[in-house]
Amino acid sequence: MNTLLEIDNLKTILHTGNNPVRAVDGLSIKINKGETYALLGESGCGKSMTALSIMRLLPDSGEILSGSIKLSGEDILQLPETGMRRIRGKQISMIFQEPMLSLNPVMTIAEQIDEVLKQHFKLDNKSAQNRILELLGQVGIPDAQRRMHEYSFQFSGGMKQRAMIAMALAGQPELLIADEPTTALDVTIQAQVLDLMREIQQKNHMAILLITHDLGVVSEMAQQVAVMYAGEIIEHTSRKLFFAQAAHPYSQQLFASLPGKQKRFQELAVISGTVPPLSRQFTGCRFADRCNYAIERCHHTIPQWHEIADNHRVRCHLYDASAEFAEKKPLPEIIPKATAAAPQSQANGTLLQVNHLKVHFPIRKGFFKRVVGHVMAVDGVSLKITAGKTLALVGESGCGKTTVGKSILQLISPTAGSVRYNGYELVDMQRQQLRQIRSQLQFVFQDPYSSLNPRMRIIDIILEGMNALNVELPSTTKQSTQSNASIQEKAVDTLLEQVGLPGETKWRYPHEFSGGQRQRIAIARALAVNPKLLICDEPTSALDISVQAQILNLLKSLQNNLGLAYLFITHNISVVEYLADEIAVMYLGRIVEYGQIEEVIENPRHPYTEALLSAVPRIDKDAAETVMIQLKGDLPSPAAPPTGCHFHPRCPHAMPVCRQAYPELSTISPTHITHCHLYSQEKHSTHHEH
Amino acid sequence: MSFKPVILWTDALVFLLVFIISVVIWYVRNNPHLSAPWKRVGHSASGMSAFTVLLVFIIIGLLDTLHFRPALDHKNLQGETVYSVEVLSVLDVLVTPLRTNVEKTYSAPLATHLYAKETIDMPDGSQVRTFSRLEYGGSHLQNPETEHIPDIVWRITIGIGLGIFVWCLLHAVLCLLMARRSNSRFKQCIEAVWQRSTEIPWYAILITLAILSVLIGVISMLAVHYHVLGTDKVGQDVLYQSLKSIRIALVIGTLTTLIMLPFALLLGITAGYFRGWIDDVIQYIYTTLNSIPSVLLIAATVLMMQVYIETHPELFETIAARADIRLLFLCVILGITSWTSLCRLLRGETLKLREMEYIQAAHAFGVSHWRIITRHILPNVMYIVLIATVMDFSGLVLAEAVLSYVGVGVDPSMISFGTMINAARLEMAREPMVWWALLSAFAFMLTLVLSANLFADAVQKALDPRIRTNTPGNNGSKTHNKQESAAANSPVTTRPSTTAASNASVNKPTH
Repeated sequence: MNTLLEIDNLKTILHTGNNPVRAVDGLSIKINKGETYALLGESGCGKSMTALSIMRLLPDSGEILSGSIKLSGEDILQLPETGMRRIRGKQISMIFQEPMLSLNPVMTIAEQIDEVLKQHFKLDNKSAQNRILELLGQVGIPDAQRRMHEYSFQFSGGMKQRAMIAMALAGQPELLIADEPTTALDVTIQAQVLDLMREIQQKNHMAILLITHDLGVVSEMAQQVAVMYAGEIIEHTSRKLFFAQAAHPYSQQLFASLPGKQKRFQELAVISGTVPPLSRQFTGCRFADRCNYAIERCHHTIPQWHEIADNHRVRCHLYDASAEFAEKKPLPEIIPKATAAAPQSQANGTLLQVNHLKVHFPIRKGFFKRVVGHVMAVDGVSLKITAGKTLALVGESGCGKTTVGKSILQLISPTAGSVRYNGYELVDMQRQQLRQIRSQLQFVFQDPYSSLNPRMRIIDIILEGMNALNVELPSTTKQSTQSNASIQEKAVDTLLEQVGLPGETKWRYPHEFSGGQRQRIAIARALAVNPKLLICDEPTSALDISVQAQILNLLKSLQNNLGLAYLFITHNISVVEYLADEIAVMYLGRIVEYGQIEEVIENPRHPYTEALLSAVPRIDKDAAETVMIQLKGDLPSPAAPPTGCHFHPRCPHAMPVCRQAYPELSTISPTHITHCHLYSQEKHSTHHEH
Repeated sequence: MSFKPVILWTDALVFLLVFIISVVIWYVRNNPHLSAPWKRVGHSASGMSAFTVLLVFIIIGLLDTLHFRPALDHKNLQGETVYSVEVLSVLDVLVTPLRTNVEKTYSAPLATHLYAKETIDMPDGSQVRTFSRLEYGGSHLQNPETEHIPDIVWRITIGIGLGIFVWCLLHAVLCLLMARRSNSRFKQCIEAVWQRSTEIPWYAILITLAILSVLIGVISMLAVHYHVLGTDKVGQDVLYQSLKSIRIALVIGTLTTLIMLPFALLLGITAGYFRGWIDDVIQYIYTTLNSIPSVLLIAATVLMMQVYIETHPELFETIAARADIRLLFLCVILGITSWTSLCRLLRGETLKLREMEYIQAAHAFGVSHWRIITRHILPNVMYIVLIATVMDFSGLVLAEAVLSYVGVGVDPSMISFGTMINAARLEMAREPMVWWALLSAFAFMLTLVLSANLFADAVQKALDPRIRTNTPGNNGSKTHNKQESAAANSPVTTRPSTTAASNASVNKPTH
C-alpha cells in the first residue's frame, strides 16, 4: 500500500491554565492514497487539534511536543515555515466546519480562489480565471461564470461550503482535511455536499481525513475509521467491521445511545458523565470512569493495542488475550431499560390548537421605510397537540419552525390565525392576562450557551420564572416557620434533582457547566413554573451524541412522570423517530405532511418528506444501496416563494399543475394528510380538523 | 473657634458620593454572593497595587476637599471673630511651606538660583546681570556652588531612610493585624506575605507602598528647603500646583461621569430594548446633540454662567465659592455633552443582547420589562460602562485642559492640570525651555489615569463570572495572566475544560 500520510506518536499540548492540556496524546495514524479516513469522536477529544497539528496551524498556546508527521515520507514537522507554506493548500488543504466564517466577506469567491492559485502555480490571469471557472463547475455551482464574481454573503450555506471545497481543491491536494464539513448544514444539503466530496475524491484520487462526530456521515463516507477519545485513538478498523461489530465499549455505547425508531419504548443507553478534562494525568484507561465493563485493571493500567481481527485494533483490556478472564467475549449486551411501558394516553384532551397561523415579517426599504414585501416565515400553519403527547415539527433551517414555536408563545406576535390553549385564545391577549397562562407553556432553547444569563447564578435563573409568575410553592402552608428564601431554595433543589443535577450546583454560574448540564438547567427553569406544554427548539442539536441521549431520556421520563406535552422542533429525523407521537413536516412556512409517526416515517407521501427521510445518513445499511433522492438546489427565499406548490422547483415529480396552484389537502388516512398534487385533492377544503 | 468650615457645592457632592459608596460597601459586605466577586478584585496583583496608588490620590483629593476659613487675629467692631476671605483646605495646611514659599519667577527643580538672569544692584552701586539666589530654594546654603549637590544627596539619603522606616512600621502593623485575625504567629505572617501565599497579594501592595513611602520621604525631606519640581512664572511651587490639581481632576472625572451615566444608561438601554419609535426619538436626540460642536456648547454655557456670577456677586462669599460653582457647571455641561458616545455603545450592545435566548426565556416567563432591563441587560452591559467611564476619565481631564486653553475652563484662580498644561504652551516656546511644569502635570496625570485603568481592569475581570481569577497560593502571576487572556480571547476553546468538576471551588457561598 502506498502510504500518503503517516503520523507517529503525535503529542500536542495547549498551554492554558495551570496544567497544560494534552489535546493530542500519542496519536498514530496512517492514511493511504485515495482513501477516506474518518476520525470519530465527541467534542473535546482533540480531533480538531489533530487536524491543526497536521497543518501546523496551532493557536499560539499550542505546541507539538513530539512525534512525526510524514507526508509521502517527508517529515513536515522538520520543515521551515516557508516550506510549510508550499505544502498547505498544495498538498494538504482543509475545509472547516462553518462555511459562513471561513470565507472572507469582502472578497469575491474568484479572488479567494485566485489567492490559492497565485500561491502555488505560475498562472497568467486568463488561465487562472479559466481554472477558477473549472473548479467551480467541478463543485457544482450553477452559472459559475457569473457567480464567481459574487461575494460570499450572496451564496447560501450549501453553496458556501461548495465554494470552500473549490478553494481547497484549487491546489490539487493529495490530502483533504475536512473538519466537520457538514455539521452546520441541513440534511438535504449535507447529502449533496457528501455526494460531491465522494465524487471528487474518486475523480482526483485524493485522500480525505474526515473529522466528524456523526456516525451516519462516517458510514456514508469512510473506508477506515478511527475512534478518538480524550486525545488518543482507542479503536481502529475498516468501516465495515466497525459498523458490523464495534469492539471498544465506548464505540458500542455510542451506537447504543443513538436514538431511533426501534428504541422508541426504551430508554437510550447513556454514557454517564463527560469526556474527562485533558489537563489531568491518566493512570489507566481514559474511558474507565464512564465504562460499564470497567474492571479493576482499567483504572491503573494503561491498555495496549490488541489486534482482534485483520485490520481491527482496539485499545481495551477486555481484548487482552493473555489475560485470564473467564468470559472475555462476547461482551455483555447493553440491556436497555424499558421505560414504564408505552406511555398511555391519559385523559386525552386537546391541549393546544393552532389554526392558520401566519407570521409575516415586513421588508422595509427606503427613507420612509415603506413596506415593499413580506417574508412569509409562517404561512398558514395548523397544528394540534394532545396532552401528554409529542408533536415533532420537522424541516430544513429557514422553513419557519422556530417562528412557529415562538409565535405560539406570543414571543413573536402572529400576523393572523389563532392559537387556542385549553380554550383560551392567546393571539392578541393582553400582556397581563397572558402572564397567567405563561406558566402553562414554556420554551427550551436550542443553544444552551446563550439561553442562560452568564451573570446570574443558577438559583436566580430558576427562581426568576417562579417569582415573575408567582408560582405557588408546595410547602408554603406546612412550614410557615421557614423563611420564604429557604422554601424557594428547597424548591430549586427539587427541580435540579428532577433534571439530574445535585442541589448544591444552584450556587454556581452557568459557565461552570458543560453543554448538556446547561440544557438540563434550561429544562429545570422551564419546569419551575409547572408547565403543561414544553416547546423544545432543537434542544439537542448543539450537543454530542452521548449527551443528546441523556437529554432525550430526561425529556422522555419527564413526559411519563409529569404528563408533559412537547412540541419538538428539530431537523434530526432519528430523534423524531425516537420521541415523537405525531409529526408535521414543514416546508417554506407551510406544513406539507402531517400524521402519526409510523404513518409518515414508513410511508411518506409528499416528495419532500421522502427526500428528507432518504437524505438522512443511515448507519444500518451497507454502502449506498438505497437510492437517495437528491434534491436540487436550496430552500427558496420565504420572501418570494415559488408560485404554485412551493416545492415544485426542487421536486422530482413536478407536473405542470404544480407551477400553477398550491395543492389542496389530500387525506391519506384519518390521521395522515398531505398537500400534494400527486394525490387526490379535496375540492372544498373547509377548516380541516387536525 | 479658630476656623470656620466651608462646604462648597462640589464638596457637598463629593461627600454625598463618599456616603453612597460607603453604604454600597456596607450592603455588599452583608451579602455573601455580592461580596464574593468583589473579593476576587483583591486577588489581582496589578489591580491591588493600582488601587494603592489610587488610594493615595483619593486621600490627597479628600484632604483638599475639607475647606475652611481661618480666623484672623483681629476682631471686628462687634467683637466677633473675623474670618479670612481666603478659603483653605486641610491639604493647604499640611503643605504650608509649599504654598507660602513663593519665588519671583521660574526656577528649575531643586535649583538654588532663578532660571532667568536679572539685573541686580550691587551694594557699591554698580549693576550686575546674573542669576540671583532664590528667596527660599536652597537659602540655607552658605555656598551653593560647593554645598548644593552634597546637601541634596544627604537629604535624599535621609528621605529614603525615613521612607523605609515608615514602610517597616506599616509592614509590621499589617502583619500584626493579620496575625491577630488568623491566630497565627507574626513570623508566619511575614513568610506568608513574601511567599505570595496570602489570598490578597500583600506583597504587591507592600512593594507599591515601599515605592510610595520612599518617594514621599524623599520629597518631603527635599521640599523643606527646595522646590522639588521647580516654580512657575509667578514663582509658585509646581509640586503644590500638582497636588492641588488632583482634586479638580477627580471632581471632573467622577462628577461628570455621575451626571453622564443616568442619561447614557437610561436612554441607551431603552433605545436598544424597545426599538421602534422610542429608538428613533432617542437617536434623533443624541445625533442632534452630537452635531453641535461640544466646545461651542460648553463655551456658551460657561459664558452664560460667568455673566450670572458676575451680576450676582452677593451670592458668593468668597472667590473660592465663585470658582467652585463654575467648576460644578463645567462638570454638568461636560456630562450633558459627553453621554452620547456611551449611549450609542449601550444601544448597540442592548440590540444584540435583546435577541439573546435568555432574554426571550424571560419574556416567556412574563417577566416585566423593567426587571429584564435591570436583571438581564444592565449587568451584561456594565463592563462597557466601566471601560467607557475609565476611558472618559482621562478624556475629561484633557477636555478640561482644552477648555482652559479656550478660556472657558475652570476659573483662572483655580489650579488644575488643564491650566498647568495651558501655561506650558508659552513655557515650551521659551528659550531656554521651561519643561518641568508640563512634565509634572504629565507625570501626575499618567499615574492617576494609569492606576484608574488598571484598577478598573481588575474590577471588570473579577465581576465577570466567566473569567476565573487566581486561587490563592498555587501559581505565580505569569501563568495566571496567560490563562485569563486565553479565557477572554477564546471562550469557545476553553469551554470543554471548564466543566463543573474543574471549577467546583469558585463560587460557593460561605454559609
